[in-house]
Amino acid sequence: MSEAVIGGERHGLALLKSHLREFGMVLSLFAIMIFFEIMTDGTLLRPLNLTNLVLQNSYIVIMALGMLMVIVTGHIDLSVGSVAGFIGAVAAVLIVRYHLDPFIATLVCLVVGGLIGAMQGYWVAYFKIPSFIVTLAGMLVFKGAALGILQGASLGPFPVSFQKLSSGFIPELVAGAGPPYPTSLALGTALAILLVFLSWRGRVREMRHDMPVDPWGFFVAKNAVLFGVVVYFTYLIASHRGLPNVLVIMGVLIALYAFLTARTTIGRQIYAVGGNERAAKLSGIKTERLTFLTFVNMGVLAALAGLIFAARLNTATPKAGLGFELDVIAACFIGGASAYGGVGTVAGAVTGALIMGVMNNGMSILGIGIDYQQVIKGIVLLGAVCLDVYNKRR
Amino acid sequence: MTTLLEMRGIGKSFGPVRALQDVSFTVEKGEIHALVGENGAGKSTLMKVLSGVYPHGSYEGQIIYDGAERRFADITSSEALGIIIIHQELALIPLLSIAENIFLASPPARLGVIDRGTVYRRTRELLAKVGLDELPDTTVTSLGIGKQQLVEIAKALSKEVRLLILDEPTASLNEKDSAALLDLLLEFKAQGLSSILISHKLNEVSRVADRITVLRDGRTVDTLDCREGPVEEERIIRKMVDRDMEHRYPKREPQIGEEIFSVGNWSVRHPVHTDRDTIRNVSFHVRRGEIVGIAGLMGAGRTEFAMSVFGESWGKKMSGTATLGGKAVDLSTVRRAIDSGLAYVTEDRKGLGLLLADDICHNVSLANLDGIAARKVIDDAKELRVANEYRGKMRIRSSSVYQEVGKLSGGNQQKVVLSKWLFTDPQVLILDEPTRGIDVGAKYEIYVLINQLADAGKGVVMISSEMPELLGMCDRICVMNEGEFVGEFAGSEATQEGIMRAIMRHAASHGGETLAAERSLETAGTEL
Repeated sequence: MSEAVIGGERHGLALLKSHLREFGMVLSLFAIMIFFEIMTDGTLLRPLNLTNLVLQNSYIVIMALGMLMVIVTGHIDLSVGSVAGFIGAVAAVLIVRYHLDPFIATLVCLVVGGLIGAMQGYWVAYFKIPSFIVTLAGMLVFKGAALGILQGASLGPFPVSFQKLSSGFIPELVAGAGPPYPTSLALGTALAILLVFLSWRGRVREMRHDMPVDPWGFFVAKNAVLFGVVVYFTYLIASHRGLPNVLVIMGVLIALYAFLTARTTIGRQIYAVGGNERAAKLSGIKTERLTFLTFVNMGVLAALAGLIFAARLNTATPKAGLGFELDVIAACFIGGASAYGGVGTVAGAVTGALIMGVMNNGMSILGIGIDYQQVIKGIVLLGAVCLDVYNKRR
Repeated sequence: MTTLLEMRGIGKSFGPVRALQDVSFTVEKGEIHALVGENGAGKSTLMKVLSGVYPHGSYEGQIIYDGAERRFADITSSEALGIIIIHQELALIPLLSIAENIFLASPPARLGVIDRGTVYRRTRELLAKVGLDELPDTTVTSLGIGKQQLVEIAKALSKEVRLLILDEPTASLNEKDSAALLDLLLEFKAQGLSSILISHKLNEVSRVADRITVLRDGRTVDTLDCREGPVEEERIIRKMVDRDMEHRYPKREPQIGEEIFSVGNWSVRHPVHTDRDTIRNVSFHVRRGEIVGIAGLMGAGRTEFAMSVFGESWGKKMSGTATLGGKAVDLSTVRRAIDSGLAYVTEDRKGLGLLLADDICHNVSLANLDGIAARKVIDDAKELRVANEYRGKMRIRSSSVYQEVGKLSGGNQQKVVLSKWLFTDPQVLILDEPTRGIDVGAKYEIYVLINQLADAGKGVVMISSEMPELLGMCDRICVMNEGEFVGEFAGSEATQEGIMRAIMRHAASHGGETLAAERSLETAGTEL
């Protein structure tokens, strides 16, 4: 069987090749989930635990979206954990100490995050200082700054309206309805239908333009699984307290960034900068500005993550954000991003973050100590990247 | 005289490209033997075969050195027998001292501890030999290029050198330093040392060489003996360039229209040495339907000129005027240059032209993403259509437009780069070494494409180091040397001798005031 040259359905090798990476990732996630589901006697997928899992990992996923773009341009941001912690501290100072309106304080924090990103991005993009060094410096600076403005102590609690950012759930529209909450169920089902519809519309369009598509049977199976998984997980989550606000924020951001990276000219330019910066520049792409903007974006997302984390803990501590950068970076690399730039997808980074999250959660339930959890996570990271490199060489 | 080195029937191929073919070359003891030829004639390749850079088995023929056949496996084994090569790009480590550089590989040491006293003393002796009055612990960066060259030679002398090979040693030196270096060579010769001198500067060659071997297209053309009487430069040039040129270039009836692009009094400063004008007062124009060639030796500043015009991608402090279609244009960024209708096809396809890990589709659309997008959202169906259109039009041989460009052959990669620029719908194309590293068949295809562009009314500027290519393709040829335009020929009147003469005349009168552009181009990389 030969590869389809153009148009028509992909078969055999082409089919396998075009899906090996994305499916490999998703299948490993499923395998890990099933493994822990069995090992924990079904605790992993209990509605309560699943909701917790989402809440625990939302800030990692959100930062991974920004980190992916930074890594794709060929850079790294080591400061995101410290920035998240710092922003949490700023929020606490504004809201708890100065009684600023939580909504305004949130906006201020996002702007401050953007400014921090701009500051770091400026050195990286225009001064050509290696991002490793700039953000290592940023990591130290903001860790210290957080400690400084909190005067070494925790600051809290936050007003309820701010806590809702992280611990709130979408309101139930049907009066008196209990779990599973119908509004959440309806929303999840609508999302599943939308995903399948978009996928179908894409296929129709691709066929009309003579682009290669997957065989019909495969397409149906893929979408059936997609639909099933989304609806099932919605059902599980709706059975606890409904969709968490954070999950909605996360979902919107994932969709936004997936679209931005895959379908827009700015996304394409980001990949081009990472693939060959000099060629991109000679093709009229403003490489410096693009690098600068990815850091600004990273700063805003780190700030959002910091707010969510602070709201979740209901207090700002000087230790908040410690080590987050490592989980975030690991998520991107497990998700198939290349340390040399130019390669990586939003879906991959999210899957990578979920793999890390499920492992953290599963191992905690199993009572594996934090010491061995780290060892295992390290090995998984190395293994995933080795497998990726091996696949590419073949 | 006894023979020190004899290379017999040397042949060397790189894939399908034949770089050397049955080359024979001898060096006698105590002789300065010059090796001359055009860019790409095979001089450097021959020296790499000799010094073991290309190990035994990767070439054909025999090397007989000092009375026995030698099969060098690497540079170390040739160096052990006293064959030392000094490359055009100096191999000194900038931030180390002179002494540390000279004794870099094997410093005199006791039990692994470097004997600094001996290093110092021996460095002084060596520096005295090459006539360099500097302290051994001076860092190399603080020395000028001429002095750095002398350090290289001192480094060579620190080994038991018997055959010294110098690749373009004076390319970046001014006249005074060049003269001093050549005197040094004559001095070494008096002491019985043999040298091979590769140089483009024929006046220097005829001054010091005992014999001159001319290479052309990877073959030895002749060896001229200077001891029997002076050899005229004319004679060398004729030997260097003479060759059959028919049928290698597609025929075309030029339809030349009005002026489309011009620059006036264009001067550019070096990006690092900002006190130096790398490009000086260049005025230049191209008309619709015209192919204008820019000839020159490597390092003449052609690429720097082109890149400085194309969105100030090279150099600093441009001055001068530019017009496109009769109107003044702002070329200060690449985007503006592209939007004004200018395209620059780089000489460094892999480094500056392509996203090697990406597919043909994404490479073709790269310089004109707005052309495949509606309100910044990419229409991938349109992108595919565009890529397929160019794949057909340019005859890019690949399994599909989804093939990774890094896996295509040089010729097909070049077609992808050309497609990318054609999709920006340029009025003027600057093609920098458009056929470098491409086999003969693909070259012809590229020539046909270039002719089609001109026939479509575009202005084409072609930079090439292969003079026959310029003569075969261009309606007009400008000659560049050391950052200046030093001559212009109508296509019908241009000859290789004429072009060479224009370069040599200018080189002789200016004697290398600017840095060799090879070196300046390295810094261009960091600029980008």
